[in-house]
Amino acid sequence: MAAKRLKESPSQTAGPYVHIGCTPNFAGIKGVYDGDPGAKMLTDTVEGERITVTGTVFDGQGAPLTDALIEIWQADALGRFGTMNSGFTGWGRCPADQSTGAWRFDTVRPGASSVGAAHIIFWIVARGINVGLHTRMYFPDDPLLDSDPLLSLIEGARRETLIAKEVSPTVFQFDIHLQGAGETVFLDV
Amino acid sequence: MVEPLYPRDRSWHPAAHFPDYKSSIYRSPQKPLIKAPPSQNEDSGPVFGHDMLGPLDNDLIRNFAAPGELAIGPRMIVHGRVLDENARPVPGALIEIWQANAGGRYRHAKEGYLAPLDPNFGGCGRMISADDGTYRFMTVQPGPYPWPNGPNSWRPAHIHFSVFGHSFAQRLITQMYFEGDPLIQLCPIVRAISDPMAIDQLTARLDMEATAPMDALAYHFDIILRGRGSTPFENRPEGN
Ligand SMILES: [Fe+3]
Repeated sequence: MAAKRLKESPSQTAGPYVHIGCTPNFAGIKGVYDGDPGAKMLTDTVEGERITVTGTVFDGQGAPLTDALIEIWQADALGRFGTMNSGFTGWGRCPADQSTGAWRFDTVRPGASSVGAAHIIFWIVARGINVGLHTRMYFPDDPLLDSDPLLSLIEGARRETLIAKEVSPTVFQFDIHLQGAGETVFLDV
Repeated sequence: MVEPLYPRDRSWHPAAHFPDYKSSIYRSPQKPLIKAPPSQNEDSGPVFGHDMLGPLDNDLIRNFAAPGELAIGPRMIVHGRVLDENARPVPGALIEIWQANAGGRYRHAKEGYLAPLDPNFGGCGRMISADDGTYRFMTVQPGPYPWPNGPNSWRPAHIHFSVFGHSFAQRLITQMYFEGDPLIQLCPIVRAISDPMAIDQLTARLDMEATAPMDALAYHFDIILRGRGSTPFENRPEGN
């Protein structure tokens, strides 16, 4: 007898007020939760090279999304996902700035995993985005880029959309374009 | 070896580009998604422990209210289970909800609706699903509200849900609607979903069994996350 198969709950947009539920302190709703989940990725004892990753999500008219919510998931400095051994959760959540749209994560530079170049996994939700968008950010100076199994599926110009710009040795900028000539590669994971 | 997640059935989800929902016009990718090679990277995630929760986190009637006060509106239990596509319970899922107050007004800087704020209602709640996948919130019935989409657009009453299972690839944000609401069929955010059975899956049912007598009505809403298996994905749930 075949097991009964259910369908995944259909997605709906996060809408303009996602901050109320996911980052209430940021939204000015104080005193309900101690802090906003994912606001702090690092502890004082974290191993690895500390970096800042920043950027903005842009719509098809070049306007910054000032109501987006960004989540990231990444390996620790040794390339391990989901280990808490190094005082690092690997998960971050940041609302876009409500006037500029900029977001920012203070994290550690991930190590390469067994299956490709080091990267940070992104998930973007906002008003107007009906199904949350997955993508990845890679590092520009990484010698493993050319052998990465995902990057090798993507042709030249589009591949560049997944590679951050180095602002300084510890600051990387990763702008995300929802549409247009520089539309970011989004993933079906 | 862990089996892979079933692929996401994009035809069951809303269209990314749905012009009747104006905000989607310039915020929907125009190029096809790239199918990522199988990897454990996206298919893993953080663990959320019950120790992160406060005692009132799942009680929206009291978690923002002044001592001795209560949020205004029809009292309501929202409960159900988090399951995977194989109908197995998903314990340990972080469920975060947000909603308008009983008048249809959000507590948010960008909110402009005339309906009054309720000083005792914040509008957020969270829970972690139990070993059997169950979750439960106490809240007030949210009101419908107008929004600047067309000249006269109204959202059906709804509660927003963010659900975090065991894998970043299961990450889901959705909305729960209420059985019998005539605004559901009129809403372009809802109608971006083409299959009526999929819309039905987001419609909570009045659950008299779970009602607290002389206290609160109850609505039942199950959340289904992506499941694992090696067989092709074809069947659809039976209507209920
Ligand atoms: Fe809403």
